[in-house]
Amino acid sequence: MSWEIVIGLEVHCQLNTDTKAFCGCSTQFGAEPNTQTCPVCLGMPGQLPVLNTVAVDKTILTGLAINAHINLESKFDRKNYFYPDLPKGYQISQFAVPIVEGGYIDIPTKDGGEKRLGVTRIHMEEDAGKSMHEGLDAVSHIDLNRSGVPLMEIVSEPDMRSADEAIAYLKQLHQLIRFLGVSGADMEKGQFRCDANVSVRRPGEPFGTRTEMKNMNSFRFIKQAIEFEVLRQIEIIEDGGEVVQESRLWDSVKCESRSMRSKEEAHDYRYFPEPDLPPLRVSQQEVDAIKAGMPELPGQLRKRFETEFGLSSYDADVLTQTLESAAWYESLVAAHPADPKRCANWMANELLGRLNDAGKELSESPVSAARLAELLNRIGDNTISGKAAKDVFDAMMESADSVDAIIEAKGLKQVSDSGAIDTIILEVMAANPAQVEGYRGGKDKLLGFFVGQVMKASRGKANPGMVNQRLLELLKG
Amino acid sequence: MPFSSLSEIQSRLSSGETTAVEVAKLYLDRIASYNDELNAFVHIDPTHVLAQAEASDKYRSEHDARPLEGLPIAVKDIFCTQDGPTQCCSNILKDFHAPYDAEVITKLKEAGAVLVGKTNMDEFAMGSSTETSAFGVCRNPWDTERIPGGSSGGSAAAVAAALTPAALGTDTGGSIRQPASLTGITGLKPTYGRVSRRGIIAFASSLDQAGPMTRTVKDCAMITAAISGHDPRDATSVSDAPVIDWLSACESRDMKGLKIGKPKEYFVDGMDAEVRASVEAALKKCEELGAEIIDISLPNTEYAIAAYYVIAPSEASANLSRYDGVRFGHRCEDPEDLLDMYTRSRDEGFGSEVKRRILTGAFALSSGYYDAYYLKAQQVRTLIQQDFTAAFEQVDVIATPTSPITAFKLGEKTDDPLTMYLSDIFTIAVNLAGLPGLSQPCGFAQNLPVGLQWIGPAWREDTVLSAASAYEAATEWSRRSPAAFGGES
Repeated sequence: MSWEIVIGLEVHCQLNTDTKAFCGCSTQFGAEPNTQTCPVCLGMPGQLPVLNTVAVDKTILTGLAINAHINLESKFDRKNYFYPDLPKGYQISQFAVPIVEGGYIDIPTKDGGEKRLGVTRIHMEEDAGKSMHEGLDAVSHIDLNRSGVPLMEIVSEPDMRSADEAIAYLKQLHQLIRFLGVSGADMEKGQFRCDANVSVRRPGEPFGTRTEMKNMNSFRFIKQAIEFEVLRQIEIIEDGGEVVQESRLWDSVKCESRSMRSKEEAHDYRYFPEPDLPPLRVSQQEVDAIKAGMPELPGQLRKRFETEFGLSSYDADVLTQTLESAAWYESLVAAHPADPKRCANWMANELLGRLNDAGKELSESPVSAARLAELLNRIGDNTISGKAAKDVFDAMMESADSVDAIIEAKGLKQVSDSGAIDTIILEVMAANPAQVEGYRGGKDKLLGFFVGQVMKASRGKANPGMVNQRLLELLKG
Repeated sequence: MPFSSLSEIQSRLSSGETTAVEVAKLYLDRIASYNDELNAFVHIDPTHVLAQAEASDKYRSEHDARPLEGLPIAVKDIFCTQDGPTQCCSNILKDFHAPYDAEVITKLKEAGAVLVGKTNMDEFAMGSSTETSAFGVCRNPWDTERIPGGSSGGSAAAVAAALTPAALGTDTGGSIRQPASLTGITGLKPTYGRVSRRGIIAFASSLDQAGPMTRTVKDCAMITAAISGHDPRDATSVSDAPVIDWLSACESRDMKGLKIGKPKEYFVDGMDAEVRASVEAALKKCEELGAEIIDISLPNTEYAIAAYYVIAPSEASANLSRYDGVRFGHRCEDPEDLLDMYTRSRDEGFGSEVKRRILTGAFALSSGYYDAYYLKAQQVRTLIQQDFTAAFEQVDVIATPTSPITAFKLGEKTDDPLTMYLSDIFTIAVNLAGLPGLSQPCGFAQNLPVGLQWIGPAWREDTVLSAASAYEAATEWSRRSPAAFGGES
């Protein structure tokens, strides 16, 4: 009998505000420990939180982008627990009434369709500090630079039925957040971290006991961890045991999970309304204004690229990975409107490929969209061949010379003079009498041989269309 | 007594009859003479006080005087000050020096006040007698075998014995009004949100409010005018609060046509008969002055204490979590591990009343009990607020006794926390509703002061001040002071 996997995800996403959630301290990553702190985020006596409204707007924007309901009045609560990197002894979060509730994210399915995955809620909270234990000889140090940095916690419904679906959801969410510009979502910097709740059941049965895999920040590890956990749980049940509800840690080196704390030791967080912050009220007008400023989202852009420019879904997907790449493509098409597909091929395969090899971002590209368009125009007007264009493009990545100057300097200008082409063709025919004989005897496939020889003889400069046309005529004899 | 009020000092300073330095010296001398007996101050730095007074005299010689120019004001040890220690009278904050001033301290400085020192209080403001202070009990100047009330008992005793002409206190469940009542002075708790809480060590955030303790109603108005106003760094400080002309409110001393509500729930069996008689007499006086006394009911009053002793400890249990030995304050010696550091530091640092309330609060918030206690208490709080709203549709202001009893003896109730909690029975509902409340002297019972409490609608401190001023002008009670400390009672 088969097993059904049930997965729900909680994503902690750091909002890219300049200042912290409840004070004016900088959120810059990588500063010297405890240099970005003040009495408020240090939890000093008598200090009070004041809400950063930029964080509120960004959370609302995210909620609107997943078609969720925005609560015009939401509340902050205190989540109480003791930990050295939690200065106040509680974390300000939203428990009873979050700002965002009930949205969804659609993921593509293997059969080319879509599956809708529910998002229960998005709430705002502050991050804790960081404890450092390693290399300090039995002493722990605390860095409170991160204390009070604003986070969104995005909680999904338990709608995912495989690790692949979980990863597809996370990738969609990750892309969406970057598109919205609400977070850098840099996973290595911990700006996008995930807890996965995993359980298994026989199809049709109620949910099984779940375990929670905490704090993972790589798609690969999340997939491995879920797959490991599913097998572990199935094994336990098939051996007649019971899964224990607990939090588990994924050890990415040993590729296994281990227990962190069981339910018996679980915290009672004693949530209650934060008395230092009045209820958070936003007006429908404010929500509408945020909605009006929402950029085109990846799904919409992808579909528009497919219909408007006739792109394959693969190319459309590649070009809409970021808002920036979509904008780059659109300005490329604007400068070379004759062939949007050629634009897509060049940008996706040539430009992004080369940048990726060089470890560069699109923003660092030495070739602008306007300059690439000039090159594509030279292919379009037959000045150079597509093959020669790749050499020109390599040079463009290295120098700022104009496209025409590079073509000139490299001598790559295409030969479209029929007299000159005829001369080459006749020379090639003279040098290969046996093949001419064969062709004329009915071996049509030899045409390719002649094209190759002529192109070689012209050092790639001959216009391939003309070569083809003239060869067909001259070979007839 | 050196001066009758802040206003008197103010007029003598402006006429040039005296200087801020002379005034400061006079009070410093009194502190030197009497503080050992009262333990009203827990920190005093005479050099620093004189330096501020000198600076004020210099300022006055060069500029127009500021609203509190040269006036000495003491502050409860709960206010963070950059100068000197801020310890909240707790061992867990022993020798803590705040790197910032509370907003109200900044405002007092900007108004030209001379900050005298830190006054004694119940540890973390938890108590009604100033007996839970880690720095020793404070005594009532009217009878040093008795408590001065709490938690702002040090501020009350200091003003009553004229060790300072005025002091700041904080009021979470009556901690300004009850000690004012028990020491025969005037104290005002403004509307919640009127005065910034930033830099005031939090006890129960939704209830705490700072206010003045003085000898006269006008003095209360002067100080409140200086410390109130929106603070953008306190989200609960109200930005669109109606502004009051505090001093004019004290000038209109006419009670004609004033509708005073007399809630039956505040005149109950079991309260001290003489206290009741004094307050009844005070109301009679108001009637003579032209006010109309209207019998009203605040039906949910009986649940106020229970609701308060769930809500306040719940908030306190979270507010006091930061005292964990990690970053500041007391840390135990040689902890074995993290848990040992937390538990021993907190065990050593907190006194028993604070521990009792942390435990009460943690219990009330814990899963499975939240609905039965915390949530229920919040529902009661709403009902109490509605009681007041309904009452103020009938009357302009409400008058009650401040405390059902006069100052009790030191140690008399320390073993019985529940009885102790009943001393706040007439003040607590005002905090739950966030309203302004003022206590002023209105008589004596067993030779101890009795307080009259005025309760106004939210933001109507003017009504409270004007009623209290009219009563003060028509009676002698606020001019009494304890004989043992140079008064002529």
